[in-house]
Amino acid sequence: MKKSHSEGGLTSNLLKKPIKRWGLLFLGPTLACFLIGFVWPFIQGIWLSFCKFRLTSDAKFVGLANYFEAFKDITFLYSFGYTALFAVVSVVLINLFAFLIALALTKGIKGSNVFRTVFFMPNLIGGIVLGYIWSMIFDGVLSRFATNILMEAKYGFWGLVIVMCWQQIGYMMIIYIAGLQAIPEDMMEAASIDGASSLQTLFKITIPNVMPSITICMFLTLSNSFKLFDQNLALTGGQPFGFLADGTSIHKTEMLALNIYNTFYVSSNLRGVAQAKAVIFFILVAAISLIQLRATRSREVQQ
Amino acid sequence: MKKALSILLVVLMAVGAVFAQGAGETSTASKGSVYWLNFKPESDAVLQEVAAAYTAETGVPVKVVTAASGTYNQTLTAEMDKSNPPTLFVVGNGQAVDTWGDFCLDLKGTKIANELNTDAYNLYDANGKLCSIGYCYESFGIIVNKALLAKAGYSVDDIKDFASLKAIAEDIHARSKTLGFDAFTSSGMDGSSSWRFSGHLANVALYYESVEDNWQGQPATITGKYLPNFKNIWDLYINNSAYDPKTLATGGFDAEAEFGKGQAVFYQNGSWEYDALTNTYGMNPADLTMIPFYAGVAGEEKAGLNSGTENCWAVNAKASQADIDATLDFMYWLVTSETGTKKLAQTFGAIPYKKAAPSGNVFLDAANEYSQKGNYVMTWAFNYTPSVDNWRAGVVSAMNQYDAAQTDANWKAVETAFVKGWENYYKMEH
Repeated sequence: MKKSHSEGGLTSNLLKKPIKRWGLLFLGPTLACFLIGFVWPFIQGIWLSFCKFRLTSDAKFVGLANYFEAFKDITFLYSFGYTALFAVVSVVLINLFAFLIALALTKGIKGSNVFRTVFFMPNLIGGIVLGYIWSMIFDGVLSRFATNILMEAKYGFWGLVIVMCWQQIGYMMIIYIAGLQAIPEDMMEAASIDGASSLQTLFKITIPNVMPSITICMFLTLSNSFKLFDQNLALTGGQPFGFLADGTSIHKTEMLALNIYNTFYVSSNLRGVAQAKAVIFFILVAAISLIQLRATRSREVQQ
Repeated sequence: MKKALSILLVVLMAVGAVFAQGAGETSTASKGSVYWLNFKPESDAVLQEVAAAYTAETGVPVKVVTAASGTYNQTLTAEMDKSNPPTLFVVGNGQAVDTWGDFCLDLKGTKIANELNTDAYNLYDANGKLCSIGYCYESFGIIVNKALLAKAGYSVDDIKDFASLKAIAEDIHARSKTLGFDAFTSSGMDGSSSWRFSGHLANVALYYESVEDNWQGQPATITGKYLPNFKNIWDLYINNSAYDPKTLATGGFDAEAEFGKGQAVFYQNGSWEYDALTNTYGMNPADLTMIPFYAGVAGEEKAGLNSGTENCWAVNAKASQADIDATLDFMYWLVTSETGTKKLAQTFGAIPYKKAAPSGNVFLDAANEYSQKGNYVMTWAFNYTPSVDNWRAGVVSAMNQYDAAQTDANWKAVETAFVKGWENYYKMEH
């Protein structure tokens, strides 16, 4: 049965031949851009992390020295802890609110589409612009208390959380709405006939059924939080700084990506170290995302 | 298969054509060409005119590219890696010499070096190679609106040292309601303004230390002995203006406009402000002058303005000989020809060359007057700052905390950022 079904589809020779013949033409430009703009720099980046360099064209191999330096760098470790904390808080808040709003907007309230559009719109604004605009908003509020966002690390932290929530909740909401709308009507109907309470319906039917959406949203928010750069740079730029006895300055609101960037430009001797940090950063984000994917995937149910 | 191959080739050709377009733009005849990576956005328009004028006169192509504000280092790093790197670029301080020294042609004995009228603005590396030569110099200090000062009942001659400056500023601030103007403009600490203090005003502390300890090059550590003087003048700035010190950290102020509109008597900035103040704000040049930083240092009655430069030309030693020759010829033309000197004076003010055109800038005139009276020039000791952007960012962050609450503990943090920060960034660079 399966075979006859597929014969008329994509595997048909009528379609297969032209795809084989012309596929390269359509794939080619994108593939070339991907190779030139992503794969090649990525490989070069890994190579450079083992080098001492000032320009990428005069790199000198130094083995693992950069990695030792990176792990010894107290500011890098601080940024890692800070980023992890930020990621946990923002992942929880963004997903919680996005899910609740999606739930509310699938109940058939009047003007749902308007709300969806409005909630989605912050996503269309670039991170740098967002950061600067929000810094003005925060400062406007904080100036009432004769302070501002650059003064204390906790202001910067919560400011960043608010900005990220504001920006990402709408996007995640759209994904959750798609998930909620895909839940078969009969399942809900059966539940209500069986006398399930609304809480029971939520936890036993809705959430298990939107698990694929949760997986993808968790993945997106987690990796976005770890990779956050623009908003961080524009909102606080790492301020305020703390000073250790040896003069090392800890940028109290500096996340990993900004730390890597600053390392690259702080001294021409540290470019290799910054590159090593970037590779560590990549491995870290990839590992955490994979673990999270596996964990949430296992809870997905088959419809 | 053949067809697939031919299609692939077509695609490659198409992609190749796109890139070839980019490459073709920069390839030039064997005559050599000039590529100047400029770091002053405000000079871009004039420099483009200069380039066009030179090309029209000689036929040698000159490309001037200006890095976006504050991104010169990033741009230079990226451009140097390309197949057609800049032939003429800016190496303006000790850090830049450390980073780019290998790329600098030794300019000693070149035609252009012989046109210089002073060695004061040149940068050498540890081996005595002349890495870069100044192409203009600037002076900074405290700009004074003499008309407003007269309205308050004083004249510039009344200001001789920190004590007299303080007395006058505090008096004007106290009477600001009735006078209709205040003593100092705002001292905003956002990126558009903080360099005036973490960079220029910090020279009070760095210059006097450099003289006392006789700095011959970049010191590995500093003592911060003159930081109390830096504090003196900083306290004076922030406590005698119309703006609450607590609001300075976020910035968003426009000190130039405040001064231009006559809202304050004193405005710390440099000779480059002349054009904006007289043209944009229509101030009368006769009302303007510039006084030195008075900070309570012994003997400061004999101080002059802070004069120096970060505008130093370096020629790329790794460029082709034809390009190097073309670049040296272009530089020589800039500082000797009528068109070149006039244009340079127009955008940079004074240039340290024998055939310089007059600048007509009252602030540079003031700098000269002080020198002629025998006052000492406060040279730019801050050019030795290691990892200058990061060091300044640390100082700014600490100063923000101090502005919000002017306590001894918070000032201690400024000292740490200043002294320990220097030591730390020096270590990172060496």
